[in-house]
Parts: sequence; structure tokens; C-alpha cells
Amino acid sequence: MNKKSFLFLGAITLWTLSPVLAGTSIAASAKDNYRTYCAQCHGIAGNGRGINIRDMSVQPRNHTDAEYMSQRSDDDLAKADREGGLAIDKSVLMPPWGDTLSPSEIQDMVQYLRTLCHCKYNSQ
Amino acid sequence: MKERLRTLRIYPALLALGGVVVAFSSAWAGEDAGMSLLNNRCASCHNLRGPAPSSIHALWARKAPDLFYAGNKFRRKWLISWLQKPVRIRPAGEFYADHIKPGPKRDMVDESTLKPHLALSAADAKLAADALMKLRAHDDLIAKEQVPEGTISTSMGSLVFDKFLGCMACHRIRKDFGGLSGPELYTAGERLKPRFMASYIRSPQAWDPKIWMPNKHVSDTRIIQLVHYLQALSKGGSHE
Repeated sequence: MNKKSFLFLGAITLWTLSPVLAGTSIAASAKDNYRTYCAQCHGIAGNGRGINIRDMSVQPRNHTDAEYMSQRSDDDLAKADREGGLAIDKSVLMPPWGDTLSPSEIQDMVQYLRTLCHCKYNSQ
Repeated sequence: MKERLRTLRIYPALLALGGVVVAFSSAWAGEDAGMSLLNNRCASCHNLRGPAPSSIHALWARKAPDLFYAGNKFRRKWLISWLQKPVRIRPAGEFYADHIKPGPKRDMVDESTLKPHLALSAADAKLAADALMKLRAHDDLIAKEQVPEGTISTSMGSLVFDKFLGCMACHRIRKDFGGLSGPELYTAGERLKPRFMASYIRSPQAWDPKIWMPNKHVSDTRIIQLVHYLQALSKGGSHE
């Protein structure tokens, strides 16, 4: 294989793998954001049992609960994340993160939540 | 005789000049001593120069609260007292996620990972407080706030703080009530300047872009109510 063919093959391989590589970095930043902003209430394991919950009148959502999480659409989850619980008729204790996370970070967070519940939206 | 008179006139002038020099140099030394105390004893954990962390990983690496706007944030009297007998303000440390562990019912603060704050002598505490008062980044944010004197009943304040805005999720308003990831607020009224409280509630991100306190778009009226409530909490001694 000559040098030109080798470079061409390398470029094609990188182009093919780029969505996978990009997906990996998005998941990593969402995980970091979850640890920073969400874990204080939803817990380091995402089970709704964060350090803040003892005196809360409404307990935070368990993000590993596939049955509940599959009933919420991605748009609903993004709206709650961006605008807070009141925006989806839930608790004021869930704050809006729209001034902290960018729109793409919020979309990434929704995908990260799907990895915690191992579930997708099921409209049935 | 003439020469003697001239000498008599020069002596007081020289004495006055000496006095000015002594006063100026001791003021200069005081300022220097304060800043060098901050540099020697505080700078290894606290950021004295800014800016605040601009990335998540920089935020995680922060060991202690930023002090480059301490003069706009803290009350001098509280600083002098607290620096001599420091008591933990953030129940879960500076970055809470580094100091928690899974518990049977919920995540718990891992006390073994938290270190006590050093204590200063009375003289050093005063020196440090005076030097901190000169660190005044974000004067522009403070200038935008007006907090009129006023009061609010603790029941109304508690309604605003807890039910309307949900601040208790992360902050303690008594030693035994509230969240743990944010600083306790039952001493906030004596610790913090009113206009700082107002500005920080209005936009935590303006002071600390990556902080885990959200911007809840609190209205002007509610901001004033919250500041008055926090002042009332401190005065009421509800932390006892």
C-alpha cells in the first residue's frame, strides 16, 4: 500500500468512527454534569437518594426507575431539566438548569438519563 | 542668634515629617502584613485573585471558596470572629460530591474526608479581615443592588424560602433542618453583606459560572424578602 492510499484509508476510517467518538465524549460530559448538578438530590447512583433529601416534602425522582422513566418523553425530561419541576406540574424543589447547562448539554443529559434507566420513551 | 532661631524652626518641621513617614510606613507595613498573611496561610486553598472556575473540572479542583471578592461578600465583624473560631459552613465541604458516600437510606456526608479550617489569633484575624475587605472584584454587580432596611416574619420568610422557591432543598435554615450541598444559611445574615446576598440570589452564575446553585429567576420583591428572612434567621438565633 502506497502512502497516499494509506492516508486515504485512515481518513475514511476516522470519518466512519467519528459519530462513535463524538457519542463517547457527549456521554462523558453529561455524566460530569450529572455528578455536579443532579447528584446532590438524585444521588450519586441516580436512585433519587441524594444527600439533600431527608427534609424534602417531595422526594426526587429515581432515575433508575425504568417503569416511570419510560413514561416520560425526551421532550418532557428536557423541559424539566431546563425550566424546573413547576414547568411540568411537578415540585418546585426541582430547579431550572437552563442558565447553567447549554441546550446541547440538556439534550445530552436526557440521553444520559436514558442510560441510567436503561429505557426509552414508551408512549403506550 | 539668627542661626539658633532657624534651627528652632527646622526641628518641628523635621519632627512632623518624621511622624508622617512613620505613620505612612506602618500603614504600608500593615497592608503588606495582611496580604502576606493571606498569601502565606490562605492562598494554598483559596483563590485570592480570580477568576472563578470556568469549567466543571476546574470547579471540582477548587479546594475552598473563592476569596477574590471577599470584600464585597463578607461582613468584617463576622470574619474577625469566625477566623478565630471557625465552624464549618458547608456541611458537605467545598465540592459536595467529593465528600459523600452511599448510605442505607440516602447518600451521606463522609466526615472523614473533611478537614477543619485553621484558626487565627485575634491579631491575625483582624489583619486578615482587613486585607480581605480590600478584595473587591464584581463591584459592578454589587452596584446594581439596593436592599432597603426592612423586616419579614419568619413564617412568611419560611414560606418564600421553602414553599415558593424550594431553597431548603440544598440549604440548612437550622442546624437540624434543610439540605447539605450548599452553605448553611442560619448564620448568613451575620456572615454576608445584604447586597451580596441579593446579587448572588439574582444570578449565582454571574459570580461563579459553574456553581451548582441554579438561577431560579427570583423576582426583585422575593429577593428582598429572602435577604430580610436570612437577616431575621441570624438575629433570631434559630441555629442554636
